[in-house]
Amino acid sequence: MVETQLLVVGGGPAGLAAASAAASLGIEVLLADEGLKLGGQLVKQTHKFFGSREHHAGVRGIDIPNLLLENQDKVNIMSNTTIIGCYEDGVLTAVTGEDQYFKIKPQRVVFATGASEKFLSFPGNDLPGVYGAGAVQTLMNQYGVVPGKRVLMIGAGNIGIIVSYQLLQAGIHVAAVVEAAPNIGAYLVHASKLARAGVPILTRHTIVEAKGTDSVQSAVIAQLDEKWQVIPGTEKELEVDVVCLAVGLSPVLDLLSQIGCRRKYIPELGGDVPFRDKQLKTSIDWIYVAGDTAGVEEASAAMVEGRLAGAAAAAQLGADSTEAGKIIASCQASLDSLRRGPVGAKIRAGIAKLEGGCCKCLNHQA
Amino acid sequence: MLKSSGIAQKSDWEAKLPDVNRRKSGPYVVIECYQKIPCNPCEGACPNKAVTIGEDINTIPCVEYGRCNGCGICISRCPGLAIFVVDEGFCPGFGKILIPWEYLPLPTKGSVVAGVGRDGKELCPAEVVEVRIAKNQDRTAVIGLKVPLDFVNQVRGIKLGGEENGR
Amino acid sequence: MSRISEHPILKFEDKPVINFTFEGRKLEGRQGDTIASALHANGIMVLSHSRRNKRPRGFFCAIGKCSSCLMTVNGKANVRTCVEPLVEGMEILRQPATGGELKW
Repeated sequence: MVETQLLVVGGGPAGLAAASAAASLGIEVLLADEGLKLGGQLVKQTHKFFGSREHHAGVRGIDIPNLLLENQDKVNIMSNTTIIGCYEDGVLTAVTGEDQYFKIKPQRVVFATGASEKFLSFPGNDLPGVYGAGAVQTLMNQYGVVPGKRVLMIGAGNIGIIVSYQLLQAGIHVAAVVEAAPNIGAYLVHASKLARAGVPILTRHTIVEAKGTDSVQSAVIAQLDEKWQVIPGTEKELEVDVVCLAVGLSPVLDLLSQIGCRRKYIPELGGDVPFRDKQLKTSIDWIYVAGDTAGVEEASAAMVEGRLAGAAAAAQLGADSTEAGKIIASCQASLDSLRRGPVGAKIRAGIAKLEGGCCKCLNHQA
Repeated sequence: MLKSSGIAQKSDWEAKLPDVNRRKSGPYVVIECYQKIPCNPCEGACPNKAVTIGEDINTIPCVEYGRCNGCGICISRCPGLAIFVVDEGFCPGFGKILIPWEYLPLPTKGSVVAGVGRDGKELCPAEVVEVRIAKNQDRTAVIGLKVPLDFVNQVRGIKLGGEENGR
Repeated sequence: MSRISEHPILKFEDKPVINFTFEGRKLEGRQGDTIASALHANGIMVLSHSRRNKRPRGFFCAIGKCSSCLMTVNGKANVRTCVEPLVEGMEILRQPATGGELKW
């Protein structure tokens, strides 16, 4: 049995920030990450981040993990390690690689397990060549392998637009971006970069079918009416060998569900999300959440949430309460500043719903 | 239209230009940032304090053109690659624009590329008159293009692909 | 082989070659590859077939979650090839959908 004060599950932006904050407050931290390389989705993000200086604005995502690991000498890191169970007696089970099983008994846990990609149903969606946006990024930005020659992107949120731009940077043709909604969900500056490169962004459009025998050879797209139905006669067949899906994310809650954290379905935050108080503590006293696990948002917010959860857990573990309090307050202010504009309206609405529900259902402070 | 296509319309970008007198008195920045997003590196990038965002980082940047000398330092600092510099007095009949560039090949000084508009459509040939790739730009190159005066606020990119980028 | 040789932001150094076989064919990957990335770089898109309708299955999630890339590696079935590092001399086989008909 491995014992530690704080276990952080997940080494993406939120987990790294949580581990770093807690370690800076003198807490013994174990960070378990299932990947071979720390950083989560950051290691694939070639663009410069938004936000302000405290959110590493202007720094490319690929360069952020190193900045977040400033206290790494104080963090015990276990890569290639997946947490596979979380039990009421406070024991978690883990596996390193394929077959080294062991148990961990931490005093507190921060779950920063991120999000998983949503899927879309259409004929041919199981063909090789239909990839999640994360997979396309992994192939080209981590392994340097060309995912295909011509790509149809589904979804004009930040991920769809950014991955399209990354495809162009890798020298791959993007035939079009289709988006079922009437407007682009991504930051418009990202969309404008793509428009300047001549990639059509087709709102109120969807994919009807992916065609091919052993892999994708073409895709049929069509226009949607105001009731989200395909307008007959608008179908167009595009010659593409990759269909990339970027149709949203849902929080990964497997372990939180197993242990019985209270959850609520909040579409604004990506689906089922765990209840948590303003210091990101869940309905279970020893469990915290941060990043997309707590509700799908930008990576900048995930880093701040990680720092907040790490400091809050550290304070509970007896770290210097003044120092921890300073970090907590500055993170809360930083989250407010990221979320206070119009693009943060959805997140604000989601959190309001969650906190509203929290007060009614639970005895802990919202 | 901008919201559904990503392409800024004339009425959008015209509102971002300084007045006519300022446009004729030397290079000026054009920040094509139309949406309130949480982002402020441009404010800190300007050595002349010409760009203001303020306490709420969701505010759209505001340029004080009396302070802007068109140096272009802010171009590579903008995570959205939305900043351009326009010089309408570059040489008779031609202006110079500075644009951000994060693709390969990197245009070479003296070559002629195809200038494209906000919609990616080819507008005119453009001579590459400057290539900035300083270390502190962190892999966002800044390319200076000589374009006919009529196109200084139309051309916003270079056609992708090929040795000479489309020419 | 379809690899990115030049990139404006990232550096992909020329990494040492790793030899392996796929269905008996000799192929080359690069150090740092996973099995699935090496197969993809060699143009191999079909990694398995569905059990009932025998529909082709390929790379999908790339993070070991979706089961689309399960293959038999050195005689061991159901290896998540998208997260399993490629090792010199590996023998990679497509497997029946469940992997169950093979002994391991």
